Amino acid sequence: MDRCGILDNIGALCALKDLRKDGTGMEIYLDNSATTKVTEGVRDKLVQALYEDYGNPSSMHRLGVKAEQYMKEAASIIATSLKVEPKEIIFTSGGTEANNLALVGTALANRRRGNHIITTRIEHPSVHQPLVHLEEMGFEISFAPVDNSGRLIKEKLFELIKEDTLMVSIMYVNNEIGAVQEITELAKELKNRKKDLILHVDAVQAFGKYRIYPKREGIDLLSFSGHKIHGPKGIGALYVNEKIKINPVVFGGGHQKGLRSGTENVPGIAGLGQAVAELYLDFDAKIERMYRLKQKFLREISQLEDTTINGIPAGCAPDYSMEQLKKTAPHVMSVSFRGVRSEVFLHSLEDKGIYVSSGSACSSHHPTPSVTLTAIGLAKELMDSTLRFSMSSMTTEEEIDYTIEQIKELLPVLRKYTRKK
Amino acid sequence: MFKAFLIKYAEIGLKGNNRYIFENALRDRVQEALNGLGEYMVSKEQGRIFVECPDGYDYEETVAALKKVFGISSLCPVAVIESSEWESLTQGVGDYVEMMYPDRNFTFKVEAKRADKNYPYTSPEICIEMGAYLLHRFPELQVDVHEPSVRVTVEVRTKCYVYSIIIPGLGGMPVGCNGKAMLLLSGGIDSPVAGYMLSKRGVSLAATYFHAPPYTSDRAKQKVVDLATIVSKYTGPMKLFVVNFTDIQLYIYDQCPHEELTIIMRRYMMKIAEKLAEQENCLGLITGESLGQVASQTMQGLAATNEVCNMPVYRPLIAFDKKDIVEIAKEINTFETSIQPFEDCCTIFVAKHPVTKPSIKVIKRSEEKLEEKINEMIETALNTVEIVNVK
Repeated sequence: MDRCGILDNIGALCALKDLRKDGTGMEIYLDNSATTKVTEGVRDKLVQALYEDYGNPSSMHRLGVKAEQYMKEAASIIATSLKVEPKEIIFTSGGTEANNLALVGTALANRRRGNHIITTRIEHPSVHQPLVHLEEMGFEISFAPVDNSGRLIKEKLFELIKEDTLMVSIMYVNNEIGAVQEITELAKELKNRKKDLILHVDAVQAFGKYRIYPKREGIDLLSFSGHKIHGPKGIGALYVNEKIKINPVVFGGGHQKGLRSGTENVPGIAGLGQAVAELYLDFDAKIERMYRLKQKFLREISQLEDTTINGIPAGCAPDYSMEQLKKTAPHVMSVSFRGVRSEVFLHSLEDKGIYVSSGSACSSHHPTPSVTLTAIGLAKELMDSTLRFSMSSMTTEEEIDYTIEQIKELLPVLRKYTRKK
Repeated sequence: MFKAFLIKYAEIGLKGNNRYIFENALRDRVQEALNGLGEYMVSKEQGRIFVECPDGYDYEETVAALKKVFGISSLCPVAVIESSEWESLTQGVGDYVEMMYPDRNFTFKVEAKRADKNYPYTSPEICIEMGAYLLHRFPELQVDVHEPSVRVTVEVRTKCYVYSIIIPGLGGMPVGCNGKAMLLLSGGIDSPVAGYMLSKRGVSLAATYFHAPPYTSDRAKQKVVDLATIVSKYTGPMKLFVVNFTDIQLYIYDQCPHEELTIIMRRYMMKIAEKLAEQENCLGLITGESLGQVASQTMQGLAATNEVCNMPVYRPLIAFDKKDIVEIAKEINTFETSIQPFEDCCTIFVAKHPVTKPSIKVIKRSEEKLEEKINEMIETALNTVEIVNVK
């Protein structure tokens, strides 16, 4: 039925209606920082480990041995990609558990060495909350501020280091705005100042976007997750430098050298291994392409009236040169559209087959203002008008073009119908 | 130990010649409430409903299900004694008392009913003899025929039934004995309670929800489906009509004074709900309105929304304070769902100072600006309504 016909005299209404019709049947997934689609290779691996080689790796018989091989293979792929030893990889249920283990497990095991932990104001809740827990247990936690683009203010960070500072936890790529910390440089300077500092890096959003070699860079603990890199949900891992003392946070049958009890998630681990293996095929070209798409997107969107691009270094606008852009993550674009509620914009885009998120999807259940957007000093009235577009290596130029086109068409219509003050 | 339940009803017992309609409705509602739990036999007899439970049934689950059926004033879990032969009857009743009341320091009375009129004892004789037997077996017991703390009732049929526990039911009348009405269901706290209350008077429900994508999300719609599902545990299955209201809302936004938006919107909601109600053979509309609660629920506001309907509009919460509504919402378990923070279509464009004393004359004049398209838009809304079967 031509529902638009009724409204042909009301231009704006018709435009909205027309836009709402998802005639294309397209699915343009730009919420890859929330989760990603698994690759066919990962899917096949999962099915194989779930349905054919379903043994328990702790079993003595050959089904158990077979299952154990999946784990060894995955650990080896991951270790090779990080240039670390397989025994330094602990599999967890995901990024959250990896962060919990890294922070709580290390803090408790090394309590005698120090009682002070430094982190940033823009961490994910899976870092922030374990630290709140440690604070309740008597640890002292300090928060380093970031500038308007979400980058740590180095001097302020270094000033926080004290005699009894045990650990520093820094997120590599921010999940909400794609701000990147210069981890290599920070690590070097931190350790120059205090040699025995333990450095934890939450690399959930960075893993697969950067070549990370924790040993060379002085990272002692590195968390990452499967489902942000086209692997399955429910699996993640923590790299723990073999010299670091760490306690378990999950107790039981002593799996994974007692550091993470519980029958291993063999399909998840195998899937993660497969995802990592695929990650580095044609790696540089994939990253380069995402940057080009990001550049195109930001150049176009920043031209629109009353839009603010978040998480970019000062001087990046208006030309968004590659050199400047590369100080941010290749896949995340955060945009505030003044006067449009993000939820409404999100659903309007959804009706056009474009899937994005408002603020950070993980925290969209809470009506509280975003921690990161607050930390970078975003104006209050823009908080609820901010969308995150996040790409993966599967994102195409056509998809970005189409998204830009839809944003341009929707924006004036959505700005017309607002709650009047 | 209990093999059956005896269900008593108060109000429907008072009805005259059409009493059987009420009784049949209650029997059917009880049967439906138990259908998912196993093979229960539900029958109607002598002013009561009798439920026989299957072997291995779950007592708690059964009681919980029966406590959600409107029309039940109380229910008694019943122990069954297979033989009515006097020796085994006294033995059985004694065992019942022994099991049920480990501490036997209380007063009691035996009441007896006898369906089998050839039984060697009359009802008063059963009371006396059974009382004597119990006193003999449990010397700590005391008889009090006026205000006993425990009434042990013994019914003699082909088998014998004994019961002494009374669990209060919800009261009200069985759903389906009082016609059908259309509930205007938003995602809020009030409307599910309003539906529940009318349904408690025997009314079966259909519901209408006004959806305004992209301004209201699919989660807001899911929330309404969830609310309808919770309410349907009491009211029985219902049809939920999801009306796409965006076009009408934006049209009003374009054409009418902003502070009148909510009132005009609500008038069209009532109109659409009434049309759906007619289609569904409903005899009235139900809203969760409560006098003075929000700007559109003043007497003037209600007069303005009421004016568009020919059907009676039932507003069971009209004189309730919010906290009393919340109390019922918590009791019927809709509260937690209602307070999920999703925007509904009444609030998305709400004016900062909406009219609180709308004049019908003024509103009607504003609505003249809608004449060109509005009927067609209502037609479209009705033709594109989505029906969700909730149970």
